[in-house]
Formats: sequence, C-alpha cells, structure tokens
Amino acid sequence: MLLVLSAFLASAVEMVEALTIVLAMGLERGWQSALAGVAAAVVALAAVVAALGPALTVLPLRDLRLFVGTLLLVFGLQWLRKAILRAAGLKSLHDEDAVFARELTEARTAARVERGGLDWYGFTVSFKGVLLEGLEVAFIVLTFGSTQGSIPLAAAGAAAAIVVVGAVGLAVRAPLARVPENAIKFSVGVLLTSFGIFWSAEGAGVHWPGGDVALLGVLAFVVASSALLVAVSRRPVYA
Amino acid sequence: MRLARSVWDFVVGDDWIVALAAVAAIAATYVLAHDSVNAWWLLPPAVLATLYLSVRRGA
Repeated sequence: MLLVLSAFLASAVEMVEALTIVLAMGLERGWQSALAGVAAAVVALAAVVAALGPALTVLPLRDLRLFVGTLLLVFGLQWLRKAILRAAGLKSLHDEDAVFARELTEARTAARVERGGLDWYGFTVSFKGVLLEGLEVAFIVLTFGSTQGSIPLAAAGAAAAIVVVGAVGLAVRAPLARVPENAIKFSVGVLLTSFGIFWSAEGAGVHWPGGDVALLGVLAFVVASSALLVAVSRRPVYA
Repeated sequence: MRLARSVWDFVVGDDWIVALAAVAAIAATYVLAHDSVNAWWLLPPAVLATLYLSVRRGA
C-alpha cells in the first residue's frame, strides 16, 4: 500500500509541474507538437524502466536493499530538506501560475521552426519537461518496485497519477496551482527518507526490532523529526 | 563527464555533505552489524542530525 501511495504521490507532484509546461506549449505552440513531445518522453521513460528494472532485480535482496536504500536515503533527504525549508518560510514556494506565465512568454517569442511537420520548440520543450520530471518518478518506481519485488505495482501507482493529473489538466486547461505541492513533496520526502533508512539498515545487516512493522516506527520518527525541524527553523513573523 | 555530473546533481543535489553523512552513517551501521552489534538505533538519529545541520546551512 505504501509502495503504491509513494509512487502515486511522487508521480502526481512531478506531473503537475510537467503539465504546466505542456499546457503552455499546447496553448501557445499547438497541441500536436506538445502532445508529440509528451508521447516521445513517455516512450523514453518506459524504455529506461524496462532497461534498468530487470538489471536491478538480479541483485541479491540484501545487496539490493543496501544499494537502493542508500540511494533513496540520499535522494529523499534532498526532497525533505527543500520541503522543510519551504514549510519554514526559508525558501520560496513553487508557483505554478508564475512558471506558466514565464513559459507562455518564452513560447510567444521563440522562433517557429518546423521539423517533421511539428513545431520544434513546442515539441522539444514538452519532451524535456516531461522527461526531466518523469525521471524522478522512474527512479522512485524502479527503487521502490525492485526492493518490494513489484515494479509493475509501483508503475501502476505512477501511471494512475499521470492519468488523474492529465485528465484534470485537460479539463481545466490551466496550471494546477491549487494542488498543495509542498505538502505532497513533504510527504514524498518523508516516505523516501523512511524507506531509505529502513532498507539501507537492513541491507547493512541490521535486524529491526519487530521486523517489517518497525518501518511504521521509522516513518513516525521521520514525520516527528521533520515537523520539529520546521518548527525550530520557522522564520519569525513580526506584525 | 556531463552524464556523471547530471546523475550527481539528480541524486545528490545541492548539498553533498548530506549525502556524504548519510553514506558514512550507513557504513558505520554496516561495520557495527558485521561486528555483531545490531545497530538499528544508529541511522535514524544520524539522519535527523544531518538534516538539522543541512537545514541550518540552507536557512
């Protein structure tokens, strides 16, 4: 359950950011080029998962958990650190409306070059946006899925988020600025860090008291620690 | 070289000290575990301390 939730949340938040770029390209440079860029990026991401997935699953479980746990911990701490800084008011929040406005302005002024019947600017910006945001999702799907023995289940969680965000985005034809991105990023950072601690320690040869149930204890510890860090780091507000 | 740089930026990000501290804590856990010490208690507080110092640096 946590596996699917983690993949879903990580995918949702990254897809909100990718959607902003694709919407700007679609509205300003044409939907054909923007959607072709999305399709090309999805194929590239699927190829990455298909190529690296089997390679990871041949590792012995303990070695895999040490390797994947270490990667997840390093990667998760990056997410969590930024989320704590944002929650404490020490780093500016991601503003989808501002990103959308900037992308629209740049798309308006970019020269029109046709390649293969597509507007090259719209295609490449959509492709890069989806690919870069999607790589983080692919990383999470691969690491979580391989360690839990179910890459397809993790991929299903990520795919569900892509469908939900895509459907909502197409319906409203506007950036999803009301999605609480920082809260979701905070949650994903907590999940990545917790799984990273749990699996890397197991891979290092530790036996957690209570077995797999200890993961809930680690999760509670990371949530409480992060909330405490936000509280002690919060910038004072003067009236 | 550019690929290595991209992978580094992607996984480690802008605070490499956090990554180094996390890897060092995992290595210490590994050494203790292979010396018959079930050091499950080491990593969580080490991560908290690392995160605290990183947030303070970023503030």
